[in-house]
Amino acid sequence: MQKFTQLSGIVAPMDRPNVDTDAIIPKQYLKSIKRSGFGPTAFDDWRYLEPGEPGMDHSQRKPNPDFILNQPPYDRASILLARENFGCGSSREHAVWALDDFGFRVVIAPSFADIFFNNSFKSGMLPIILDTAVIDQLFKEVKAEPGYQLTVDLDAETITKANGEVIEFKVDEFRKYCLLNGLDDIGLTLKHADAIRAYEERRKQQAPWLF
Amino acid sequence: MAARTLYDKLWDAHVVRTEDDGTALIYIDRHLIHEVTSPQAFEGLRMAQRHPWRTDSLLAVPDHNVPTTDRKAGITDPVAKLQVETLAQNCKDYAITEFTMGDIRQGIVHVIGPEQGATLPGMTVVCGDSHTSTHGAFGALAHGIGTSEVEHVMATQCLIQKKMKNMLISVDGQTPAGVTAKDIVLAIIGEIGTAGGTGYAIEFAGEAIAALSMEGRMTVCNMAIEGGARAGMVAVDQTTIDYVKGRPYAPSGETWEQAVANWNDLKSDQDAHFDSIIRLDAASIKPQVTWGTSPEMEVAVDACVPDPDAEADEVKASGMRKALAYMDLTAGMPITDIKVDKVFIGSCTNSRIEDMRAAAEVAKGRKVAANIKLAMVVPGSGLVKQQAESEGLDQIFKDAGFEWREPGCSMCLAMNADRLEAGERCASTSNRNFEGRQGQGGRTHLVSPAMAAAAAIAGHFVNVNEL
Ligand code: SF4
Repeated sequence: MQKFTQLSGIVAPMDRPNVDTDAIIPKQYLKSIKRSGFGPTAFDDWRYLEPGEPGMDHSQRKPNPDFILNQPPYDRASILLARENFGCGSSREHAVWALDDFGFRVVIAPSFADIFFNNSFKSGMLPIILDTAVIDQLFKEVKAEPGYQLTVDLDAETITKANGEVIEFKVDEFRKYCLLNGLDDIGLTLKHADAIRAYEERRKQQAPWLF
Repeated sequence: MAARTLYDKLWDAHVVRTEDDGTALIYIDRHLIHEVTSPQAFEGLRMAQRHPWRTDSLLAVPDHNVPTTDRKAGITDPVAKLQVETLAQNCKDYAITEFTMGDIRQGIVHVIGPEQGATLPGMTVVCGDSHTSTHGAFGALAHGIGTSEVEHVMATQCLIQKKMKNMLISVDGQTPAGVTAKDIVLAIIGEIGTAGGTGYAIEFAGEAIAALSMEGRMTVCNMAIEGGARAGMVAVDQTTIDYVKGRPYAPSGETWEQAVANWNDLKSDQDAHFDSIIRLDAASIKPQVTWGTSPEMEVAVDACVPDPDAEADEVKASGMRKALAYMDLTAGMPITDIKVDKVFIGSCTNSRIEDMRAAAEVAKGRKVAANIKLAMVVPGSGLVKQQAESEGLDQIFKDAGFEWREPGCSMCLAMNADRLEAGERCASTSNRNFEGRQGQGGRTHLVSPAMAAAAAIAGHFVNVNEL
C-alpha cells in the first residue's frame, strides 16, 4: 500500500450530499479485473456528455463543462471537499481506486459511509471527518478562491490553510500507523496466526457445525 | 455477565484478539464471493504467494454479470465473460466451491447463501458486496466488505474491525393489508435517513418483524445498508430454525440439536443497552414508493411528491431539487399520477419465492398495461425459479405479459444487457434508486413486488389494495 504522510494540494468542492459509489464509478467499469485505470472514468455520468463504455478512448469523449472536476484548476485537485454521507451505497472499492487514479489522496466530509471509509484506508487514501460548520466554512473559502490549497499532515493530525490557520482532525491509532508506514495489514494480521489457530480450536469445541 | 445485545453476543463470540485502541481481529465463518469484487483480491493473493486460510468457508457464484435470457449462447459481452471466467479459474485453482451458470443452485449471492444453509445463525458472514447485511436475518453478523478486505479474509480468515454501536429499530404492532417487508424497510429508511445507521449495527425487532417470514426478514436486513448500517439483524426464533432445517449446508442429527440449543440464545438480553432506539408503529405504514435518487426519498403511495421549498435544511433542499430534476417530477404531483415505462421484479431484496408469489397474486388474470415497454420477473436463483414454475407462477406472469427470466442481478444494477434507456422510468423491487443505477439516465422508483406488479397492470403507481 502507498504511504500517506503529508500532502499539499488543490481542493475541489463537490457540493452535494450522499455522493454514492455508483456515481463515483459506474457499474460498466466494474467488469475490469484490474485495480488500476479507473481514473478517466471516475464520476463518468457527471463528467462526460455522452454515455461511456469500457474500452473507449475516454480522452476523445466530450467533457461536461459544468462538472466541477472538468474545470481547471480542479482537474489537478488532490483534495476533495464533500458533503455528508460521502461514498454511500455499493461496497465497490473501485470507487476509492478511481478517486486515487484521478489524483485524489484526501477526501474531507462531515460524514462518510462506513464501507467507503474503511476501503479508503486500504488504498492509502485519507478520509477526514470534520464538523459541518467547519466544512461549511471551507466550502465558502474554496468557492471564493479557485486554486485554494490545503496542507494535510497525518502524523500531526492537522490541516493547515494558506493563511496559517490550523484545523485538527482525528484518525484511529491503528489506521494512522498503517497509513503512515504504508503497511499491508494482511502481513500484520498473519503475525497473529497462532492466535487465529487457537481461536479455531476453541471454536471447534463450542460450535463444531461451523467447520 | 452484563446484559448484552444480539450484536454484542455475535461480536464477543468472534473476537480473536483486541488492540489497545479497540481495533479487533474478528473471525469470519462464511465468506461468499462473486465475480465483480474478487478478481483483484485473488490477484493480490497470488502476488504475495498467499493461500486461502480455509477454502471450506468460501462459496462462490457469478451473479452480477450473467445473462438472464437464454444461456446456451453463454455471455456475449467479452469483458463480462472474462470476469466470470476469471472467477471460475480462481475457484478451480484454489479448490473453492462455485455454483456456475449452468448449475441449478446458481443465483444472486444473497439468495443462495441462505437457500443452501450456507448462512447459519450465529455466524459471521462477509461478502464483497454491501447487501451482505441480508444474512443478518438469521441472527448472524453479516456485512459487506471491500476488495482489499476480501483478500484479507481469504488470507487470514479474519477481518480488522472496530465495534459498532447498537441500534434497535422496533416496529410495533401489526402491518395493514398490502404492506410488506419492503414497505416496512422503506418506511424505516425514510425515518432514519440514508446515513441514520452509519456507525451502527441495527437490530430489527418488534411484533411486525417477528411476524415476518425469513424472506421478509431478509428483505428488511438487505436494506439496512441503505439506512447507512453495514449490518442489520433479527433475533433467532422458531421461524429461523424452521427455515434452516434440512438445508444442504445446515448441520444434521446430533449436531443439529446442539446447534439449535446454541442458536436459541441469539437474541438481545432483556436489559441490554442500545445506543439508539427507534420505534415505528406498524399500523401507520402504507405501501411505499420512492420519488427521488436516494432510498430515503420515499412517501406513501397515496401521498404527493414533496416540495423542496418546504425543506428548511438548504443542503437537503438542494439535494431534493437535483433529484426532482433528474427524475423529471414536479413537487406536489400525486404519486399515482406517475406513469411507468418498465417494471423490474427481482434483485437480492425481492427475488425469493415469497416475492414471486406476491407479485403473481397481483398479476393473476390481469394484463400488463399498454404503455409498459417491458415488465420482467427475474427469480433470485435457479431453485427459486424451479419452485415458482412448479407452482405455475411463471405461467401466470407470462399470461399477464411479463417476461420470465433466468436468475441473476439483472436490472438491479444493469451490468448485463438488462437496463433502462435514458429517460425511462421503472417500478423496481431492487434497493437503490441512485442516478443511473439501472442504466444511464434511467429513473428508478423502489417498491414492493406487489406494488411493482400493480404498477405494471395499471401503467402507473397505484395502491395495490385499490387495484
Ligand atoms: S441484486 Fe443488486 S444489490 Fe443485490 S447483489 Fe445483485 S447487484 Fe447487488
